[in-house]
Amino acid sequence: MSNNLISTGSEWSFELVEAYDTAIAAIAEEFGLDTYPNQIEVISSEQMMDAYASTGMPIGYQHWSYGKQFLNVEQSYKRGQMGLAYEIVINSDPCIAYLMEENTMMMQALVIAHACYGHNSFFKGNYLFRSWTDASSIIDYLVFAKNYISKCEEKYGVDAVESLLDSCHALMNYGVDRYKRPYPLSAHEEKERQKEREEYLQKQINDLWRTIPKELEPENIKDIERFPSEPQENILYFFEKHSPLLEPWQREVVRIVRKVAQYFYPQRQTQVMNEGWACFWHHLLINELYNRGQVTDGFMLEFMQSHTSVIYQPPYNSEYFSGINPYTLGFHMMSDIRRICEEPTAEDKKWFPDIAGSNWQETLDFAMRNFKDESFILQFLSPKLMRDLKLFSILDDDENQNIEVTSIHDESGYQEVRELLSAQYNLGNREPNIQIHNVDVRGDRSITLHHYRFNRKPLEVNSTREVLKHIHRLWGFDVHLHSIDDNETKQSFHCPPIEDKQSQE
Amino acid sequence: MSYIIDRRLNTKKKSTVNRQRFLRRYRQHIKKAVADAIDKRSITDVKQGEKISIPGKDIEEYTFTHGSGGRNTRVLPGNDQFIAGDQMRRPKGGGGSGGSGNGASDSGEGMDEFVFQISQEEFLDFMFEDLELPNLVKRQLAGNEDFEMKRAGISNEGSPGKVNIIRSLRSANSRRIALTGRKRKQLKALESEIAALLLQNYSEEDPIVSELMEQVQVLRHKIKRVPWLDDFDLKYNLHVKHPVPRSRAVMFCLMDVSGSMDRQTKDTAKRFFLLLYLFLQRNYEKTEVVFIRHHTSAKEVDEEEFFYSRETGGTIVSSALHLMDEVITERYPPSQWNIYGAQASDGDNWEDDSSICYDLLTNKLMSKLQYFSYIEITSREGQALWHTYQKILEEYPSNFTMKNLQHARDIYPVFRQLFHKKVA
Repeated sequence: MSNNLISTGSEWSFELVEAYDTAIAAIAEEFGLDTYPNQIEVISSEQMMDAYASTGMPIGYQHWSYGKQFLNVEQSYKRGQMGLAYEIVINSDPCIAYLMEENTMMMQALVIAHACYGHNSFFKGNYLFRSWTDASSIIDYLVFAKNYISKCEEKYGVDAVESLLDSCHALMNYGVDRYKRPYPLSAHEEKERQKEREEYLQKQINDLWRTIPKELEPENIKDIERFPSEPQENILYFFEKHSPLLEPWQREVVRIVRKVAQYFYPQRQTQVMNEGWACFWHHLLINELYNRGQVTDGFMLEFMQSHTSVIYQPPYNSEYFSGINPYTLGFHMMSDIRRICEEPTAEDKKWFPDIAGSNWQETLDFAMRNFKDESFILQFLSPKLMRDLKLFSILDDDENQNIEVTSIHDESGYQEVRELLSAQYNLGNREPNIQIHNVDVRGDRSITLHHYRFNRKPLEVNSTREVLKHIHRLWGFDVHLHSIDDNETKQSFHCPPIEDKQSQE
Repeated sequence: MSYIIDRRLNTKKKSTVNRQRFLRRYRQHIKKAVADAIDKRSITDVKQGEKISIPGKDIEEYTFTHGSGGRNTRVLPGNDQFIAGDQMRRPKGGGGSGGSGNGASDSGEGMDEFVFQISQEEFLDFMFEDLELPNLVKRQLAGNEDFEMKRAGISNEGSPGKVNIIRSLRSANSRRIALTGRKRKQLKALESEIAALLLQNYSEEDPIVSELMEQVQVLRHKIKRVPWLDDFDLKYNLHVKHPVPRSRAVMFCLMDVSGSMDRQTKDTAKRFFLLLYLFLQRNYEKTEVVFIRHHTSAKEVDEEEFFYSRETGGTIVSSALHLMDEVITERYPPSQWNIYGAQASDGDNWEDDSSICYDLLTNKLMSKLQYFSYIEITSREGQALWHTYQKILEEYPSNFTMKNLQHARDIYPVFRQLFHKKVA
């Protein structure tokens, strides 16, 4: 063994963490990883549970649901059902990564490679993160949000704020602008403008709901414009701007939840890529450390053991199976791209004429920057990988009696398996597509939402009813929801329920 | 570039508030779980926390999800047997390969219990919520054995350990200013005079100037001699003793250990005493317990003996009441103690002893007691003692209670009845 070894034991110390970080940073730089500065924080397992419970936000406003999360994590951790994640990394500038004090030196190095260089460079490079989140201001914004909400609690009572947050959380997935780039967040401006906005908003609302009878002249009645003029998919945004009864502070709270949802939106769309990228790099970086004689054989054995368990994919019929492991899929796809670049087979040349034989670093970098899960899989999932993972697709159609295996990992199936897997990561397919269709501005002020069915999938009745109650709370007047398939209304929900109303009258 | 920060010393309990919010929101559920738990627990357990489980559907946070049905496709790994076109039965029970992934199981079949742990403190909070000790009149009785030091401003005397440096230096400073003010004025005047003379081309050796210089020297010297810190500059922080009112209680546990009391009855009694003890402990800073057991004669014993040693014999309840009165007179003057009595019995008593009990209680004890509770653990009709106590109940409706208990599981409800917060 050479004298290059950074450490030999499994105990870590701050000096060693620093030494590993420096060594890994040097290799990462050689490979051209572009990262935010790192802020590595060593925490205890209890603090890790806290971080867990707040879904990784370093600062969060207070809400019972985080308490529920915390109790859940605590309970399963104490019973030993679950180990804590090795790491949590926050998309911020500097990029905050947590190391748990219980980890061995090898784990700390692995986490540094994985989070501080893998995830970090992904956050900085991927187009979704670049255009949807502003890493430099998120922490400030969260501080602003926390303070604002606790001020509201003081002013209006915990219950009022809590129930409002409940409603907003129920619609969190419908608080995202899917196509527009949001205005960057800044806590400072946010505070300054917040008052202004309050007044301005309230004025606008009042305008919209002004009901001076004279304005309704007979000839105008016909062409009263529909409101909203186009269906709105950002439900929370619509409520923030147009809900008739919300107080200014309530609008601000809706906005906060919306902004937080927006911040997490890219993460939900790039899970496979993000984890795959981080796994690919920790694998490469740690191996490189070994090649340079900086770590011991024992270190490597321990590393391989954790690495393989992270990327283990149980087969569909295993009792541990719970869907496709994004770490596995991502890691293999990233490695596979490198393979295609370096050692393309005839098959690869046919499927990937553009990248076969190209520079792997440039190709991977390109892939990391310009795709999200859905398009990444559609573009880069190779026949070889489908064979390796033995992917097959099934069709469960309620019009058929049986479940059918539609295609498997063979010549005639590659294309379909790839398309179907890609579609599985399309958020639009996973979440019901619900939009605000119409508001009866001149009438009873009721709001009508439409659910556009995808593949004839209905809405789950019980949860839909519950969510409608939340919408009703935010809107303040009757809420109708129609589930529409081929211009035909298949399901209708109302809040308050129509039957009750009729019986009252 | 990386910064490495040790955050381990930061606060750990970031989630505490959120956790409390959760407990607050599901108060009703938890209370029910606590009530259930008390029945199931063994007595020695009451000092622990409790595992609480709440139906999962009650705490679900709903979002829009797809229901089962429609056309679902799904890609799965690990194909070991299928080729394209294979058909298979749809698994029963919805869920499973429902296609929409996690969504379906969140709202569909995922109705597991939500289980979590609460601490002993919280457990007791929920256990004794809405309960209240009756007749808290004497609660704030001051025992005068305890004092608390409180700040009481600044004084001129004190021990060196309590010197207030800022105040001392401030007063030294003002003293110096006051004592030297005139001299410094003179000094200034002299200096400007010298300066003026020098400007008029007087040399420094000129006698007028040198005399002035001498005066300046003298003044400077005088100013310098004013001490920088003097004895009477010293200021001390003053602390005074405040008596702390203490509330304390003594609880008398009276139990019949005669032959008729079997093991199970005693066990039931013990649980009741334990609940009462925990409850008193939460209401008073200091709670003492006196155990008195009796058959035909009464004896003060320790806890171990009270619950576990066996004796047989007849039953004379008044002997215990006698002893209780003696102990009160001897050790717990009612002016200083909140006194609670709890008696458990199976209701047996010598016929003519009941009237003695009545006399004892009404003439001697009741005036000294905050509260006396009697539980009769029997499935039979009320005995002589029961009837006698009923008379007392009529006379002291607010200080006396009695309940009949049949099973261990009745204890908590009965206990709650006894101490239920009365809405004024």
